[in-house]
Amino acid sequence: MNFYTTYFLIAIGLFAFVALFTLFGVYAERKLSAFIQDRLGPTEVGKFGMLQTLADIMKLIQKELIIPAAADKVLFLMAPVIIFVAVYLGFAALPWAPGLVPANVNIGLYYILAIISIETLGILMAGWGSNNKYSILGAMRSAAQIISYEIPAGFALISVVMIAQTLNLQDISMQQGILSPEKIKFLGLWDVSVNGGILAWNIFRAPHLIIAFVIYFIASLAESNRAPFDIPEAESELVAGFHTEFTGLQFALVFLAEYAMMYLVSMVGVILFLGAWNTPLPNIGAVHLASWTTGIAWGIFWIATKTLALIAVQMWIRWTLPRLRVDQLMNLCWKVLTPLAFLCMLISGVWRLWLM
Amino acid sequence: MYNKAINGFTTAMKGLSLTFRHLFASNAKRKVISVSDDNYFKQLEGTNTIQYPHQKLPVPEVGRYQLDVEIDDCIVCDLCAKICPVDCITIESIKSTTGSIGETSDGSKKLLYAPKFDIDMAKCMYCGLCTIVCPTECIVMTNQYDKSVFELKNLNYEFADMAPEVAAEKRQLLENQLAERQAAKLAAMNKKEGDA
Repeated sequence: MNFYTTYFLIAIGLFAFVALFTLFGVYAERKLSAFIQDRLGPTEVGKFGMLQTLADIMKLIQKELIIPAAADKVLFLMAPVIIFVAVYLGFAALPWAPGLVPANVNIGLYYILAIISIETLGILMAGWGSNNKYSILGAMRSAAQIISYEIPAGFALISVVMIAQTLNLQDISMQQGILSPEKIKFLGLWDVSVNGGILAWNIFRAPHLIIAFVIYFIASLAESNRAPFDIPEAESELVAGFHTEFTGLQFALVFLAEYAMMYLVSMVGVILFLGAWNTPLPNIGAVHLASWTTGIAWGIFWIATKTLALIAVQMWIRWTLPRLRVDQLMNLCWKVLTPLAFLCMLISGVWRLWLM
Repeated sequence: MYNKAINGFTTAMKGLSLTFRHLFASNAKRKVISVSDDNYFKQLEGTNTIQYPHQKLPVPEVGRYQLDVEIDDCIVCDLCAKICPVDCITIESIKSTTGSIGETSDGSKKLLYAPKFDIDMAKCMYCGLCTIVCPTECIVMTNQYDKSVFELKNLNYEFADMAPEVAAEKRQLLENQLAERQAAKLAAMNKKEGDA
């Protein structure tokens, strides 16, 4: 019985974290965009407007749930749930610290890629169920975009897996720091198993993974439907794309899914490329910076910091670059990112055979 | 192909560095200075936001933002209501039974009461024609611009200061006088006919 209590506690804890992160993320995004555009952002609710998003969610909860008369009720009602649950389930396999992972699945990475693909289904259901031109256009664009960008993202991840030789995210994390069970070589030359820190991160173990990381990062922007790849919800042409018809709590759920997705893809990027929960500080001689800053609390701190930094970059890009046209989007995916990702995979194979 | 890629990267970096600089630029609040100030267009640092209810930009004294009527100076000539292109002014007049009822500040005689002088600011198009035709300059445009209201009917400004009872009394007086005159006229006519 205790068994199940733990399961529920973990699920509730993850949900609470996702909800809190969304509240914080929306506030951070509004402030960041305001400062980039020389504005002030929210200032009225609470000190520096910090309670703004709490007020927003209170408003959304009180709103009426409107189902359009012509909508397909079942699809329409289920869509936000599927969109959110697909992303939320992805959190189950993410490691937070040494020994701290909700589900230590040995095919963790594969599981995450598979489960977040279901989001596309939810988006298509939302677009089709709304019975609205804008929604269906947005949903079609979204499906085309997400499915296309899964290919470069997938191959960028495979090039890491070929170096790591495992799909278990906790094992991949373990390999990138001083707790590694195997030998780590900085750039394939210098043994840094005892030094750890930033030198042991995957992008420095094999430098071509920097390119793989950039490919993954660009593809992850597209997968979470964020600018400059936000044509599924392009406000200026499609009102709000697939979530045009949603109100109140359903809209909140779609929003929650978008921010949860941002966190999820950033965290996967951090785990695979940027050293997961490992500290960036290396051991230098007698100064054991890495050993001092490794542990459960430190692990959570490092992975959260790195992920939030990556999310800040996502927001920064969103408020800088204009939206890509649909043909440019497909050009970039199929003619640039996919061949580059294949190249990275090839180099990974050679690297694994000759340099590790 | 390569040039295009390089161009894409350099322009993206340019844009990103620009927004990055703005992100960490001064977040100072904007100074509230009038547009007539020499430094108004030199405020390039800090944020652009004017936090409106807390901060207000000074406006010129001769601003033309809404209409105001000094009802004591009004001679109820109805010219403003006639010239208004959108008919947003409604005036009702009652003739005084006792001749002049006072003088305006510029010495014009007032012969009419104004029980109703309404201006619907929701309809007003701010042309200012009414202020031009007014013979006593009692209808003017002011620099008060904050006129948001919760109810549309609150945008209908009522300037008349006569109580309805007083207006009814004056109306009754006028009716009585008119009736008397009519009777006198009839009597005179009858007399004329009788004479003939």
